[in-house]
Amino acid sequence: MTEVARTHLDALENQSIFIFREAYHAFKNIATPWSMGKDSNVLIWLARKSFFGRVPFPILHIDTTYEFPEMLEFREWATKYHNLNLIVKINTEARARGIGYETHDPVTVTHELKTVALQQALAEYKWDALITGIRRDEDPTRAKERYFSPRNAQFEWDYKDQPPEFWSQFVTTTAKGEHVRVQPLLDWTEIDVWRYIQRENIPIPKMYFARNGKRFRSLGCSPITHPIESNASTIDEIVAELEATKTTERAGRAQDHYERNAMQKLRAKGFL
Amino acid sequence: MTRPKGNLKGRSTSESESYPVSAIRSPISTPLRVVFVGHVDHGKSTLIGRILHDTGSLPEGKIEEIKKACAAEGMEFEFAFLLDALLEEQKQNVTIDTTEIPFRTARRRYAIIDAPGHKEFLKNMITGASRADAAILVIGADEGVREQSRRHGYLLSMLGIRNLIVVVNKMDLVGYSEKRFREIEQDYRKFLQQLGLNAHTFIPASASEGENVARSSMKMKWYCAANVLEALDLLEPQKSDVDLPLRFCVQDVYRFDGRRIIAGRIETGTLRVGDELIFSPANKSSVVATIERWPQVILSGVEGSRGASSTVTQRDSSTSPGMTVVAGDSIGITLAEQIFVERGYVASHQNETPVETNRFHADLFWIVREPLRIGHFYDLRLATQEVKCQIVSIEQVMDSSTLEKTSDAREQLQRNEIGRLAIQTRGPLVIDNYDRVPNLGRFVIVDDGKICGGGTIFGGVYTDRTVAKSKNIFWTEEKITARERALRTGHRGAVIWLTGLSGAGKSTIAQSLERDLFHRGMHTYVLDGDNIRHGLTSNLGFSPDDRMENIRRVSEVAKLMADAGTVVITAFISPYRMDRRRAREIALEGNAEFIEVFVDAPLEVCEARDPKNLYKKARAGEIREFTGIDAPYEAPDDPEIVVHTDQQTVDESVATILEQLLSRLRTEE
Repeated sequence: MTEVARTHLDALENQSIFIFREAYHAFKNIATPWSMGKDSNVLIWLARKSFFGRVPFPILHIDTTYEFPEMLEFREWATKYHNLNLIVKINTEARARGIGYETHDPVTVTHELKTVALQQALAEYKWDALITGIRRDEDPTRAKERYFSPRNAQFEWDYKDQPPEFWSQFVTTTAKGEHVRVQPLLDWTEIDVWRYIQRENIPIPKMYFARNGKRFRSLGCSPITHPIESNASTIDEIVAELEATKTTERAGRAQDHYERNAMQKLRAKGFL
Repeated sequence: MTRPKGNLKGRSTSESESYPVSAIRSPISTPLRVVFVGHVDHGKSTLIGRILHDTGSLPEGKIEEIKKACAAEGMEFEFAFLLDALLEEQKQNVTIDTTEIPFRTARRRYAIIDAPGHKEFLKNMITGASRADAAILVIGADEGVREQSRRHGYLLSMLGIRNLIVVVNKMDLVGYSEKRFREIEQDYRKFLQQLGLNAHTFIPASASEGENVARSSMKMKWYCAANVLEALDLLEPQKSDVDLPLRFCVQDVYRFDGRRIIAGRIETGTLRVGDELIFSPANKSSVVATIERWPQVILSGVEGSRGASSTVTQRDSSTSPGMTVVAGDSIGITLAEQIFVERGYVASHQNETPVETNRFHADLFWIVREPLRIGHFYDLRLATQEVKCQIVSIEQVMDSSTLEKTSDAREQLQRNEIGRLAIQTRGPLVIDNYDRVPNLGRFVIVDDGKICGGGTIFGGVYTDRTVAKSKNIFWTEEKITARERALRTGHRGAVIWLTGLSGAGKSTIAQSLERDLFHRGMHTYVLDGDNIRHGLTSNLGFSPDDRMENIRRVSEVAKLMADAGTVVITAFISPYRMDRRRAREIALEGNAEFIEVFVDAPLEVCEARDPKNLYKKARAGEIREFTGIDAPYEAPDDPEIVVHTDQQTVDESVATILEQLLSRLRTEE
């Protein structure tokens, strides 16, 4: 009867928009953490698609004070471009205590400057849901996530007893102190994200593209994020590179590999 | 708006260049999602690990990493560990949750959904399986068909998964015996037939040894059909929902920039600019003015080819005539007329409307420890609708592993049981039968914010809404809501519809019931032949057409009175099912409760009573078309309440009605 072609990217986009709208309806007070990385820029793009050009909730940047200068430059530019209501949060208390990569291990610093900062922001703004850009293919612990994933008051993720999720019905209530992580990109892969950035022409930081034989595959704090050897300077070249590689995306992120199950421990304590 | 060049690099190769080779190597098609189910320890995770290994889908260093971890824990390496990446899982040696892992064959991409086998983790299995296009059910050759082999098969059938491959695993443990394989195949095929499912393929395999997974086994030469990967490649994705009737489920109405955009997802069917839509439950109609998109996409060439060449322009509200959106699309539309629409409304096309009801039958699976209880209020969610509901009765309970039926009516449904239920909602619900439009024929039951069970609907009765309905009259939005009225009166408005033969006792019961409710401080009124036939319907006789019109008028009056907050009791023979069904729909449009009461007494008893000597006159031929004598009475199939006036006194009958009625008249908070 009707022949209207829909691609895999269309299907992913449709599902993400559906989730954004469900979250916007279900929760009074929501926000989207934004790292300025490629995934979180896709997230903002999808929010604008969902709400016809606007982002009707605040965008949160957890500033670890170890940001690449180029990323901060991008933050200023993109805030205006997308007309965002930007909130910047720094864990000033931990910095005052001297927590930093110069003196501490990456797991401790990541926990203090990211997770604790997020907890502080949550306590301050009382959000009942956070829309995050995590994907199943990033890490085995993320593979087990739900689209709507509750976190308790201590910020812990009870991955052994997750709510059932079927027929597009989600957990949309929170007890006092709890919040829900809403994860519209769960089904996307790294290559899907790149293809979508290409199709939609979504602005991203230029650090993802190769300069002098190196590029960043994943972006985090400057002291612990390392570029990979690469000559990929266009999205097509990046996709071709990704299809050939068997190295994991977050291999250049030191905090994941500091000890066995580091990611598991970080996530159980509230890391995104 | 232009972008500062130095700061971003989203742009790719220019459009004139040919498409790169990588795009051909990486066709962007949706992967076929395959769920792996089966009894605990029958080897699902091992099979998945083996598939990932044999298709070269593991990240570099993964096997070495796991081998190292195993050595550190003093354990032998197993393929299953590839999945059990979480520390706690390795400790317990049990898969705990649903994962999704991609792999690829020459034919297409796949996403594996691993579902756990432990009994208490059923909700994870359902979470995983509900997203699947196909299922692989693993049975251990050593243990054979077990409880969860059957339970999972049953749930797959309820979740609507038709593509099923059964892998008889661990053949190495039974000496690759064909006899053992055939026993298990026969055993499980018999079970599937009872469910009306046909498993296409049974494959003898050994995941740990790699036999019949990616390569055909030399050790089982007696089996020459497809191995697991070949069988997967032979599957076709489940039929798309594009060709079903349109169901556009409203998620929200946004008022941005002074425009009203109705946002939601097309669950099934197709929608075009210019279509006339009927919005249920209010039955208001309007025409689709625009399909809204951001950023505005200029379509070049073939419709739907929003590929790499889409052009971003400034947002404008111009319409894109001829635009079509289809099942699966998340969309926003504007309407030509500003009718009232809110979340939960379902838009359809005129000739293919869904059913609107507050009572239906369903098969329901229950997945939480706390049992389902009759009479308890639950939230029911169906697509974007959410209403309060009560379980009226549990007619049949089935053990999902033995398929044993316990037909006795029950008060509760326990975890892992599947029950056949009658469900009643407060306020109208827009539904379809599961076999007609699956997305509108399934729902979840929510208690205290938690999803406790899922059900599929059957037995919805479709009526033609075009018959007694003028398209141009729309319900006026009341400024005072039913809820406000209910708060003042302390109860909800309702229509209590008594039906039964002449002489069955309808008027007597109506008056006695009204007296009781009146003493409770409720606003009540009885509509019966005495106050209707002489005025409102004095121009009507007793022909089928006149009876229908008589009931229609009574229904409309009852709805208005119920909407005004009154508990209206009607006492009419109302012999036709279709008329009573319409009375229910009319009441529900007014957001009133509708409760059908069958006042039942055998014809002989009614004729013997004959309070107005009507039966005598009918027998004598003085009255024509008298119900029960020379006109039919269609007894209700499924009334909310039945009273037997040949066995019960008037007081007993009234008590029976009150028992079910009072809780439903209560205001919610």
